[in-house]
Amino acid sequence: MEKILPAKDRLLKSKTSRLDGESRGKLIVILCAVIMISATIAITIFLGTKGLQSFTKNGVSILEFLTSTKWNPTDKANPGYGVLPFIFGSFAVTFLSALVAAPLGIGGAIFMTEIAPSWGRKVLQPVVELLVGIPSVVYGFIGLSVLVPFIRENVGGLGFSLLTGTIVLAIMILPTITTIATDAISSLPSHLREGSYALGATRWQTIRKVLIPAAMPSLLTAIILGMARAFGEALAVQMVIGNVRNLPTSILDASATLTTIITLNMGHTTYGSVENNTLWSMGLILLIMSFAFILLIRYLSSRRKLR
Amino acid sequence: MKSLKKLGLLSIITAFMLFAAACGSNSTKEDANGSNADEGTKSEELSGSLVISGSSAMQPLVAAAAEEFMAENPKVDVQVNAGGSGTGLSQVSEGSVQIGNSDVFAEEKEGIPANELVDHKVAVVGMTAAVNPKVGIDDISKEDLIKVFTGKITNWKELGGKDQKIVLVNRPDSSGTRAVFNKFALDGATPAEGITEDSSNTVKKIINETEGAIGYLAFSYFTDDSVTPLAIDGVKPTEENVQSGKFPIWAYQHSYTKGEAEGLAKAFLDYLMSDDIQNNLLKEQGYLPVTKMKVERDAEGNQKEL
Repeated sequence: MEKILPAKDRLLKSKTSRLDGESRGKLIVILCAVIMISATIAITIFLGTKGLQSFTKNGVSILEFLTSTKWNPTDKANPGYGVLPFIFGSFAVTFLSALVAAPLGIGGAIFMTEIAPSWGRKVLQPVVELLVGIPSVVYGFIGLSVLVPFIRENVGGLGFSLLTGTIVLAIMILPTITTIATDAISSLPSHLREGSYALGATRWQTIRKVLIPAAMPSLLTAIILGMARAFGEALAVQMVIGNVRNLPTSILDASATLTTIITLNMGHTTYGSVENNTLWSMGLILLIMSFAFILLIRYLSSRRKLR
Repeated sequence: MKSLKKLGLLSIITAFMLFAAACGSNSTKEDANGSNADEGTKSEELSGSLVISGSSAMQPLVAAAAEEFMAENPKVDVQVNAGGSGTGLSQVSEGSVQIGNSDVFAEEKEGIPANELVDHKVAVVGMTAAVNPKVGIDDISKEDLIKVFTGKITNWKELGGKDQKIVLVNRPDSSGTRAVFNKFALDGATPAEGITEDSSNTVKKIINETEGAIGYLAFSYFTDDSVTPLAIDGVKPTEENVQSGKFPIWAYQHSYTKGEAEGLAKAFLDYLMSDDIQNNLLKEQGYLPVTKMKVERDAEGNQKEL
């Protein structure tokens, strides 16, 4: 009799303690998830209410906000709240920098995975990682001190231009594109390559006709993630783009983006003023755009799964 | 079943968020009350902490003064944050800091209950138009200056300078420096579009590097000949001319308190106005002592002799 009881006890004990560990672990993980999700939702709600105030409370028309090119919030007699030039500027630098960085990044990725997997990776990987580590203010300062005078003397214009912003951003998003593209290409099953070689294709034919199409959804994801970063970058762009509120007519014109206008003006405006609220509305546009980028990535990755 | 679980999770999240939001607002209020109470009880023997925020242009000056103040009163902790005049005014009027620095009058900012705030003018800053040295002029009439900034004159040769296109360097719309320059140098005219930068150091760098550039800077940035300060209507931008009221482009640096300053805030503001700070530290930092001004200005910009 005595022997059975401790055995029962031990069984119960071990069962409860295992349950304890299970539920505790589950609780911690759920808590992490809840905190992350609630932070995101809280930011969305906060930005949503703040960003809509300029339309609901201050009576700025949404149509004027999105389509007018007249930005003059401090003029008390005749204020203008059109942010079209800034939206245009944001999109322009984003697409142009992706246009520059995508071929470079994907090219580098192919070099690292297919052409020279051993030493290419050894050299290029640290270079790319180094680019990630440089803070954006340093990019901006280098752009202002080196790139702006260079463009002014060799290309034309004032040096403060869409072009300068594009170049700085392209370098900044290059690591994102390169890293994801490298992962995408190197994770392709090797039977694709072997099958292609077996059919008599050359290395370049294999890369162009087999590997790139197979990795396409991931490559597009890489580019879009890069674009999302470019769209949100403020500091480096602000230092080189000139921050002019006119719609640029050429790539050498100074311009402005949503983020640069927000960072330039946020500290000077008082909470609750129209100016401050329109800045929040611009922040809301940025948030909506980043949602759009995420949706696009989700769509692309769901396509990849179907394959 | 699965959807039910999801719904459950969602409602938990919402509940959590509401709870967190409620907590957040409560705790900040409590904090504010707490520090006010602290200040009231401890200020007699000059100890405790003082939080100052606002104009980034004033931050070096106030921080330097705070350092000396803390050296004299070791039990005091003064924190000086920069965040812009708008932030300073907003925070002082909602009571989250004791002193809010601003380079414009509170009356000029929208959404600030200026009647609840008490103005302490702690320094004067003079500013003038600055051009690239290669432009070749160092004097300009106010009329021409307005024409240059509104885009009616586009080449320096029209003013007797080099044959060089004029490049404007502006400040952001909401900047206090821009407001002062527009009001007293351009007589309220709206400047034409140009490169816009916030930081005075960046503006100076751009004027220095871009041929034909004109912008505006505080006197303290004219330390070398990388940019040329312009005299206006023949009046040189000097300390004496600002003090006598001959040179028009200057502004007060304000420290605002909510209601009359008391306790530590008052002690610190008195310290800022002391002869030692006004005559030595201000000069080092490139400001003009407010105590030596022979003229006075109100929020509307009306000037009168003292």
